[in-house]
Amino acid sequence: MKTTVSVRQVSKSFGKKTVLSEVNLTMEQGQIYGLIGPSGAGKTTLIKMMVGMDVPDEGAVNILGTKMPNLTMLQHIGYMAQSDALYGELTGEENLKFFASMFKMGKAEQKQRISYAADLVNLSQELGKNVSAYSGGMKRRLSLAIALVHDPSVLILDEPTVGIDPELRQSIWQELTRLRSSERKTIVVTTHVMDEAEKCDRLAMVQNGRILTEGTPEQLKRQYNAAGLEDVFLQAGGVRP
Amino acid sequence: MRIRALVRRICEQLLRDKRTLALLFLAPLLVLSLVNYLFQHTGDGSDVKIGAVNVDAQIVESMKNQGMDVVSYAQADKDTLEKDKLDAVIVMKDRAIHLILKNTDPSVSKAIRMKISQTAASLAEAALQKGKAAAAHVAMTTDYVYGGADTNYFDTLSPILIGFFVFFFVFLIAGIGLLRERTSGTLERLMATPVRPGEVIAGYLAGYGMFAFLQTVIVVLFGTLVLGIPLAGSIWYVLLVNLLLAFVALSLGILLSAFAASEFQMVQFIPIVIIPQVFFAGIFPLDGMASWVQAVARIMPLYYAADALKSVMYKGLGFGEIAVDVGVLLLFAALFIGLNLRRLAFLYRK
Ligand SMILES: Nc1ncnc2c1ncn2[C@@H]1O[C@H](COP(=O)(O)OP(=O)(O)OP(=O)(O)O)[C@@H](O)[C@H]1O
Ligand SMILES: [Mg+2]
Repeated sequence: MKTTVSVRQVSKSFGKKTVLSEVNLTMEQGQIYGLIGPSGAGKTTLIKMMVGMDVPDEGAVNILGTKMPNLTMLQHIGYMAQSDALYGELTGEENLKFFASMFKMGKAEQKQRISYAADLVNLSQELGKNVSAYSGGMKRRLSLAIALVHDPSVLILDEPTVGIDPELRQSIWQELTRLRSSERKTIVVTTHVMDEAEKCDRLAMVQNGRILTEGTPEQLKRQYNAAGLEDVFLQAGGVRP
Repeated sequence: MRIRALVRRICEQLLRDKRTLALLFLAPLLVLSLVNYLFQHTGDGSDVKIGAVNVDAQIVESMKNQGMDVVSYAQADKDTLEKDKLDAVIVMKDRAIHLILKNTDPSVSKAIRMKISQTAASLAEAALQKGKAAAAHVAMTTDYVYGGADTNYFDTLSPILIGFFVFFFVFLIAGIGLLRERTSGTLERLMATPVRPGEVIAGYLAGYGMFAFLQTVIVVLFGTLVLGIPLAGSIWYVLLVNLLLAFVALSLGILLSAFAASEFQMVQFIPIVIIPQVFFAGIFPLDGMASWVQAVARIMPLYYAADALKSVMYKGLGFGEIAVDVGVLLLFAALFIGLNLRRLAFLYRK
């Protein structure tokens, strides 16, 4: 297995508050890696460092063997932020086109990728609408389409399915598993939904900026002697300081 | 390629925002028209420096009594006037007065002309009473260095206004544009794409620069064709100066937007950044003011732009005369763009 994302001894504090301390994680090609943990645990902070939007105080994040932050490596990373960052005055298509233009891509390829990404999130019919007229879930889906538009080999998704209805959520997860299995992409997701966590190949439980435990969903359940991941979460949450 | 996408996005956003477009292109025309009709201004003609050639001692005496600073010359012409920073030169020959007015402030010119002719007339009257009829008649001819007898204060004010419109609207619209980009998270989102800070800045400069260019063309054409503002020099120099001024305004706007948390806070920069510049740009002549006032004016971009625009539009001067102004504007733009790059590069941490 090829290691695609490696987080080594990463620590980060904002002012006096330590948000991450000595985090170590390894993710491999063809893997869906889930980050779970209570609100404020440091998941988003960790994700931002993977994308290179923030730098660790100590330690390093490597993606595809390159130390982040690195501009050229971003060509291979698809990122979906926790809060949608879209141009409300523009239509969905204009948003997709604009972000696609930030990546190296031919004209024909761009067109084809835009229609693939829009199709995937079921937005093809709404692409002509201004984003300011989108519903919350539609904005979320557009953000996901933007993350996928340049066919990245590493996908980093911060709570991708919040506000998306169950049916679409299911089809998005089907596509994520397909991307993992047939296109051998590395997918990192954070989620608060335990049946989504169940679909991950590996999970890391983040709490107070530390990795509390790490392993396959089965291993985690066994470790905590729990019937479901929900119980794992709650039990682990019990040691909240 | 990325810069083109950025420019296109800025255009799409602005073109869809009809109110902002109206503000950008129609508001200046409205204000310019209003000011055109409002301005009826007369100066008082004291505190002026006048060169006198062969002028009657009595007339000189009378001029000095009215507060004018009179310097005697053996010979003087337009060059002397420029060189010694005189407001006017009076040449008396065979009982005829020839008046050369600099006319950078038409209201001052008007006042000087009035006083000189009054003085000459009263002296002639006095002479008449003494029975020296031969000396009575004094003819007067007037010559202008800039403009003519029918220029008014508005003609010298309008170039300043045109510069001001560009500065004001570009500063505000670009500043708010980047502010929105920051608060909506799209600027941070762009950090997750391979776009470079320099490309973002270049996209902004090109995108908003285009609108500033268009605005200048519309305002200048409207001003000269409809309102009859004199355009003595080349419109290309006007466009060049305004484009540079737009770059200064743009880079200053996006720089300051970093210190604003909302659109309202961006608007709060107007009394700090914009209004002082207007006062120091030459709406009030600075020549007679304290040296510290003049020093303050020297740090204001609008001062240089206004000087250059006045030189081109009103005085009809060529590039040689505005080169310094253009150079200083370039320096301002380079400085602010550099600071922006540093700030963005810091944000990007790359
Ligand atoms: N820029 C910042 N400045 C100061 N503190 C910050 C900053 N960003 C995050 N934090 C703090 O870091 C901690 C972790 O935040 P983070 O967003 O990583 O949590 P999270 O695990 O993603 O939570 P959630 O599940 O609610 O999204 C929080 O306590 C937050 O207040
Ligand atoms: Mg988060």
